Order: sequence, then C-alpha cells, then structure tokens
Amino acid sequence: MDLIIFLICSVIAVACGINLVLQKHPISAALSLVGVMGSLAVLYLLLGGAFIAAAQIIVYAGAVMVLFIFVIMLLNAGAEPAGRKRSYARLFGPPLLAIFVLLIAYAIQARLPRSEGVQFGRFTGGSPEGIGIKVFTDYLLPFEVVSVLILIAILGAIVLAHKEIR
Amino acid sequence: MNFFLLSIIKAAVVAFVLLTTLAYLQWAERKLLAHIQLRVGPRRVGPHGLLQPLADVIKLITKEDMIPSHVNKFFYLLAPFIAVAFALLPISVIPFGTEVDVGGVRTWMQLTDLNIGVLFILAVSSMGVYGVALAGWSSNNKYSLLGGLRSSAQMISYELPMALAIASPLLLVNTLSLRAIVQNQAGWYFGIIPRWSIFQGPWPQIFAFIIFLIAAFAETNRVPFDLPEAENELVAGFHTEYGSMKFAAFFMAEYANMVTVACLATLLFLGGWQPLWSPEYGSNYFPAAAFTVTGLAALYAGLKPARRLDKYTLPAAAVVSFILAGLFFAPALNAILLPLFWFAAKVGAILFLYIWIRGTLPRFRYDQLMHFAWVFMFPVAMVNLLITSLLVAIASK
Repeated sequence: MDLIIFLICSVIAVACGINLVLQKHPISAALSLVGVMGSLAVLYLLLGGAFIAAAQIIVYAGAVMVLFIFVIMLLNAGAEPAGRKRSYARLFGPPLLAIFVLLIAYAIQARLPRSEGVQFGRFTGGSPEGIGIKVFTDYLLPFEVVSVLILIAILGAIVLAHKEIR
Repeated sequence: MNFFLLSIIKAAVVAFVLLTTLAYLQWAERKLLAHIQLRVGPRRVGPHGLLQPLADVIKLITKEDMIPSHVNKFFYLLAPFIAVAFALLPISVIPFGTEVDVGGVRTWMQLTDLNIGVLFILAVSSMGVYGVALAGWSSNNKYSLLGGLRSSAQMISYELPMALAIASPLLLVNTLSLRAIVQNQAGWYFGIIPRWSIFQGPWPQIFAFIIFLIAAFAETNRVPFDLPEAENELVAGFHTEYGSMKFAAFFMAEYANMVTVACLATLLFLGGWQPLWSPEYGSNYFPAAAFTVTGLAALYAGLKPARRLDKYTLPAAAVVSFILAGLFFAPALNAILLPLFWFAAKVGAILFLYIWIRGTLPRFRYDQLMHFAWVFMFPVAMVNLLITSLLVAIASK
C-alpha cells in the first residue's frame, strides 16, 4: 500500500515538475508547482514526517504559491510567446539533458555511503513534539539565526517598497 | 466489524448529514434574514418553505450548463471542483462526540483522528483560496478578476490572526489532535464553570475566541467581509460567470466553510461535545426538557393560529419535538444523542451568529478591511499569544 502511494505521488511530482517547465502560461506553471508541493507533502507523510507535510502545504502551497498566483493575476501576465528554437538545440538538447541527469544520479549514488533502503513507517520522530524539542535543543542556534535572517529580509523588503517622501 | 466497512458506513452517514445540513443552513439563513427584515421568507414550497432547498437543487441541476466563450476553459471548470473539494474535506477529522456502542460495535463519532488534526484543517482551508482565485482569473472578466484578487488578499491577511488565535488555546491543551483537545476541556471549576478553553486557566482564551470568530468571518467571505462578492460593486464577484451546478458548487463551498469554521470554534474554544454544566446538576435532562418546552410552545401557538395553515403545521412541529424529547429517554440512544446535542447546539449557536451578523452589519470598505487585519487584529492576537505562553510557562513550574 505504501509503495503504491509512493509510486503514484512520485510520478505526479515528476510529471508536474516537467509540466512546470513546459507550460507557456505562468498560471499553469504556478499550478504545476502547487502539484509538486502537494505530492511532496504526501511523500513526507509516507516517511513519517506528519508535521513537515502539514507545514509544506500551509506554507508553500497555501501561502507562497497563493502570493505567486496573486502577483501573476495582478500583472495579468499572458502566455509567453514561443521563442525561436535553433535546430541543433532541438536535436542535442534532450539527449544531453538525459546524460546530465544520469551523471548526477550516478555521482550521488557513488559518493554517498552505502546504506539500507528507506522503510516506510520506521521513522517516528516527525511529530510536532519531536520537531519542537529538536528545534529548541539540538538546533537552537540555526533556528535563531534563521529568524534573524528572515527579520533582515523583512526589513529589506520594507526599505525597497518604501516610497521616499521629500 | 471490518475496518473498511465501518469507515465507509461512517463516511456515508457523515456526508449525508453534512450535505443535508448545508441545504437546510441555506433555508435557515433565508428564513432568519427574512424575519430580521420583517419579511416571511420562502414559504411556497412545502410547509414554511421546508422543501425549498430541494426545489433549488432541482432547479440548479436542470439548468443549461453554459460555458462562456471567452473563458479559459480548463481552469474555469477546475475552479468549482477545487473550491467544493477543499471545503468538504475538513469534516473528515472533526469529532462529533464520544466513543459510542452501536449494536455491539465500539466506535468514535469521528471519521479519523489525526495527531495533526488542527494543522490538517488549516492546510486544507488554505488550499481553498485557489478555487476562488482561479475562478476569478479564468473567467476573463474584470469584475471576476477583482473579486478573485480581493478574496486572495483577504484570505492571506486574515489567515495570520486566525492561526495565532488558534495557537493560544493549543498552548493550554498541549496537543494538536482534535479529539484530545476536547477531552482536555472536560470537567468544571466549582461544578458550574466549564473548563472550556474560553474559561480555562491560567489565561482564559476569550480574546482568542473573538479574534478567531472575526477572522473566520473574513476567511469564509461572509458579511461584513464579503468584499469578494460585493453585489453593488462587482456584480457577483468571482462567480459572476458561473451558472447551474458550477454556481451551486461555489455556494455549497461557502456554506461548508461556514460549518467547518463553526465546528473548529466549538472544538477549540467551546469544549466540543462537553455539556454546559455538570451532569450532577442535571445537564443530561436538559435536551429532553428543551425539546418538550419547544413542543409545548408550538402546541400553545397552534391553538391560537396567526395564519391559516398554523393550525396544522405548529401541532406537527410539536409532535416532532415530543418525539425528539422521547428519544433522549431511550437508554441505548441517550449515550449517542447527548454529545451530539451539545455539539450541534454550540455549532448551531455560532451559525446563528453568522446569520444574525449578516442581517445586522453593513460591509467594510476595502482599505478598512486591510487596516483592521494588520493594525488591529494581528497585534492583538500576537499579544494574546505572548501572554498565554508566559502564563502557561509560569503555571507549569
């Protein structure tokens, strides 16, 4: 059962990812990205990361992508005109991309230490309590540094958006 | 019993009850609004218009399913599906009552209990924005687009105070599972004051409750925050170009969101299925007494009919009330009906508040709406959260 759901969701995630690149219209592309995030959330759930799955949906699919779509709608961006494609790009592009992906996959496989495969349901530390305890004990410093980083980003956004009053 | 069979039966029962509730919620809203405005409301179809929802459904199904020529067809058809699907999903984690024994099968009055139940509801409701935003954009109509834009901006803004308001009672009960949240609110102070989150120490969540209710009005696009479909400015907002069942889907989604939010408020703040006061003081007999009094009042009014048909309808209503009161005396049904009664009473009270406010308040202006969210609601919710966490930390020492 876990394997079937894993296969379905990973296929959806990859298909949505490819669709994201292929779509000409920004809204279709943005919605494909929502599809990727939704299926990733299901994969997190399968791996036992319930909190991460919910956060993925709330933050990425529910807030970040809604803002993207909001901006696309506000600018009323139309479909991108198809650019002129060189014939050699058409000919060599896809095989070169495939070789590149395979090389990266091989490099990751070769460099990482051998370990047994992932087993669904073995990891149990993904509950909200588990994450909270980890964040406030082992990872306290990175957590605080990230919050300062976000504060700087907010200040930067305010400075950029602020109109100078003369 | 087989887990799958049991789940399917429970899902079917919940879906049937939810859809019926949605249909009659709309009837209740029309009736109540009418009485607030000194009208009588629907009363042609069935006694007191009770068959009006059925007539509406038949009308909407049999209407011609038109697709305007200027729309983006794929997203235009997808939007109502998204809206209605994400509006109906949250009911699957909401607990309606305690564990009950039905014909030898012990089961919870809840479809499934997630240990991240609250987060699940937040996640699903945050996905609901897509239905409205896509409907507005794909209609290729300036009114629709403005409605969709307003709606997405409003829902993003009000999600923040709502999430902060939800976080404060969670600090008191210390869990995210909706079932455990309600179980943590059991019991009474001095036997009379219930230990619901809005009364529970060390810091009663009454402010969080009010903020949650206001944000919930905005999240569900209801008056006074119904700017996405402001009739006098935007025709009908994001669903201007929709007709027949596609329009019905948006309508259903709006009412389903109302029910979800009312259920969430009940579970988080009002103690779910916990009765108002202790059974030691006879709260178990309250439902039967309430129905009996309703029946007697209906019977008394039926003796002096104000309208011609009242002679027949009011005694019939009285008989229904007496039967309902009688059901509470059956020992097998009592254990099931009591929690359901208290849950339904609280949800019903919040839904009544929704309709009441729709009949009372005018609409906000758009800049007022945003100003209110960011300058008032967000800081208040934040301060409430800080005070709650401080007091919880001190109390747990």
